[in-house]
Formats: sequence, C-alpha cells, structure tokens
Amino acid sequence: MRQKKLYVLLAALVAGVGGLSSTAALADESADAIARYREMIADGNPSELVAAQGEELWKTQRGPKNANLEKCDLGLGAGVVKGASAQMPRYFKDTGKVQDLETRLMTCMQTLQGIDPKEFVNGKWNKGEMEKMEALVAYIVTESNGQKINVDLSQPQMKKMYELGKKAFYYRSGPMDFACTTCHGEEGKRIRLQDLPDLRTQSGAAAGWGTWPAYRVSSGEFWTMQHRLNDCYRQQRTAEPIYGSDVTIALSVYLAATAKGGTVLTPGLKR
Amino acid sequence: MKKINIIVAAMAVSSGAFAASEDLNAAFQKMMDTSFKTTGIADKSRMKQTDFQRICSAEKEPSKKAMESIEATQLKTIRYPADGKYFGDWKTGEKIATSGKGLTWTDKTPFDNGGGCYNCHQLSHKEIAYGTIGPTLQDYGKTRGNADDVVKYTWGKIYNAKAFNACSNMPRNGDAEILTEEQMKHLMAFLFDPESPVNKK
Repeated sequence: MRQKKLYVLLAALVAGVGGLSSTAALADESADAIARYREMIADGNPSELVAAQGEELWKTQRGPKNANLEKCDLGLGAGVVKGASAQMPRYFKDTGKVQDLETRLMTCMQTLQGIDPKEFVNGKWNKGEMEKMEALVAYIVTESNGQKINVDLSQPQMKKMYELGKKAFYYRSGPMDFACTTCHGEEGKRIRLQDLPDLRTQSGAAAGWGTWPAYRVSSGEFWTMQHRLNDCYRQQRTAEPIYGSDVTIALSVYLAATAKGGTVLTPGLKR
Repeated sequence: MKKINIIVAAMAVSSGAFAASEDLNAAFQKMMDTSFKTTGIADKSRMKQTDFQRICSAEKEPSKKAMESIEATQLKTIRYPADGKYFGDWKTGEKIATSGKGLTWTDKTPFDNGGGCYNCHQLSHKEIAYGTIGPTLQDYGKTRGNADDVVKYTWGKIYNAKAFNACSNMPRNGDAEILTEEQMKHLMAFLFDPESPVNKK
C-alpha cells in the first residue's frame, strides 16, 4: 500500500519534471547558442582591436601639454600597467581620493596631458575623448587578465567607500522602487534569458566584476565599468549617475572587495 | 565603583559606534546628493526615497510590524476600475507584458510604458524568454478561476504590489503611474482569458 502511494508520487514527479523540461530545454538551447557563439569568437575578442588602439594612445604624445601617459601611476608605480587594474579601485595619496581606473586616467590625462576632465564628465559614450578613454581602459584591463582580484581595504578611505558602496547597493528609489539588489540579490535568477550574478556573494561578484569592462556583441561596443554601472542605473529608472562620481566609485569598491580572490577575465565578452 | 567604570566605558564605546554610523549616514546622503544628475525625463528628484523605499533598503528585511504598516498604507493607494470592468483585450495585454520599455532617461515620454512582465515572470505557454525573479504566472486564470476576490486581488497586486508584500521587487504599476488603468485591464485579460496563451496551450 505504502509502495503504491510512492509510485503515484513518483509518476506525478516525473510528469511534472517532463512538463518543465520542455520549456527549460528550449531556454537552455538558446543559452547554449550564446555559449557556442562566445566560444567561436573567444579566440578573437573584438576588444583586442580596441586594446591595440589603447596601447598606441598610452604612448602617444597629445593634449595641450603634448605628453604621453607613460608617467601615469595606476598604483603600482609610474608607467606600470601590468596587473594594475586588478588592484583597483585604490586610494591615491596624490589626489587624496579613492579612484577607479577611469577616474585615475582622468587625473593622469589632466595632469600629464592637460586634457580637461569635463571632456569625460560631460562626454558621450564612444565619442571624442571618451572613445579614447575606452581604448585606454581596454588596453589596461587586458594587462590584468588572469590576475587575482585584489583590492586593499586596509586604508580607512577604502573601508569607508566599501561601506558607502554597500549602502548604495541596497538603496531603493525611483518610479520602479528598484535597487541593485532587485536583480543581483538572489542566487540563480535571470531577466528574460540573461543570467544574473548574485553580487552579494564572492563567486557572483567575481563573475560580474571580473568580466567587466567588456565587448558587447549586441551593440558592437566596448563598455567600461563606468558605462556598465551607468546602464544598470538607467534600467533601475533612477536619475543618471555622473561619470566618475562617488557613488560609482563606492559601488566599484564594494563589488571588487566582495569579488576579492576571483580571477580577472577582462576584457569580457558579453551578449 | 568598578561596575560604574565599566558601564561608563561601555557607554562611551557604544556612543562612539553610534557617532560613526551617523557620520556614515551623513556621508552617504552627501554622496547620493552629489553623484546624480537630471537627464531627460529622469529627474534628479528620483533619488529621494519614499518612506517605504527607505525602510526596504536595509540588508535585512524589516520587522513584521514595519512591513504590516507599509502594507496598510499602500493598500489605501489602490484604485479599482470605476466602471467595475476589469478585463480588456488579452492580445493587447500580451504586447504590454512583452514590452520592457519606459521611464529611463533615454525614453522620450513618461506616458508610453510597457509592463516589463516577462523580465521576471513566466506567462504564455509559447514564450521561452522569461525571467525568474518573480513566480511563474503560467495558467494563471486556469488554476485560480475568476471569482471576484481573485480578480480584485490580482488587480490590486498589479496596481501596487507593496500592499501585499511591503518590500516586493515588483513595481507599483498603478500607484507609480507606470501603466494606465486601460493597460492594466488588458494585462488582466492576458492573465485570465481562457483563450490567452497564458491559459491555453
């Protein structure tokens, strides 16, 4: 009798799983297609072209002061690019600020080359000076590929930015009441077919932070981390974060610190 | 005497911690105030939180009492259709459920929005590109029937989800004027109509 009950239960379970699997299989199929496409172009991530332009730009004398960026200190000493972005954001004594890669590059371009930070703060993605910023970022983050994410929270300024970033991560606002947590605060969720990393966890944050900046196949553009965060806020329906503003740095510190120990896979390749 | 000293010391420590969190809150407010700008229809004032947004922004879920208080307040915002008619056209409803557009700073007008339902919910038997942040709504009408209380609850949930779950991830489609009454009627038909692909294989 008891066994019969068990059979019925099992049969119901199998039927349920069968019903599920047909849709799940379809969803998996399209996820697979994306994975296959990724493999196909993995050998030739279009970011390489952007990075090559960036490397050229790093060495090119330009701006009102007609200088290159080879004296730019990204935290590991003047001109050291290898591994630098894996340890950013970081606190810089000369500016007295915690800076991410892009705001640090803004400082270098201003002090060394005389390029006005407004070119970026008021700039447009993929246009003018911003396009050059993107190329430089592509070059620099490629030079950290394979390294471990390793931000240093021992500085009180960094610790404070981490705390501020964490608060920002949970901050709900705007007409849709969204926060970062709405999409990135639970394991195993997705929007449409897009898998969402749980950015509160080390593995989730590493999957997110470790693969941006990235080349976006859908738009055919290279996106910096500032651009990524900007579009997250756009989809949250908030007001627009100012390029390089404290909230973008704070969130970056929170994400990078949470991801600590994960592998840098930049530049990533995205849908 | 020794006891008093300990108490005083403990008080000093805790007030120190309190001051630190006050400082952090002040720094946070300043950061949020200086980090955003108005672009297009996305006004900077969007960064100002409502009471429930603030209460629902902690790492931990608020207390049961706080949640109930929010739900009671939000319940009062719900406006049921004046003409008593809850159902529009399911085909239009499907289009609204599919569109995720609206209210970003790249949108021209705040009055032409989609429901974005598929971002988070499974609905039609035919649509495989659905998100999983919300529960599946497949066979919604088929499994729940269309008794008055079910219909009214569903309208309320679409209108203001926070009335039933204070910190729900779901937007307040009616209360925040994301969708019009007419659009919500079409969504209702999409959920309940036996001919809708939500209920018909």
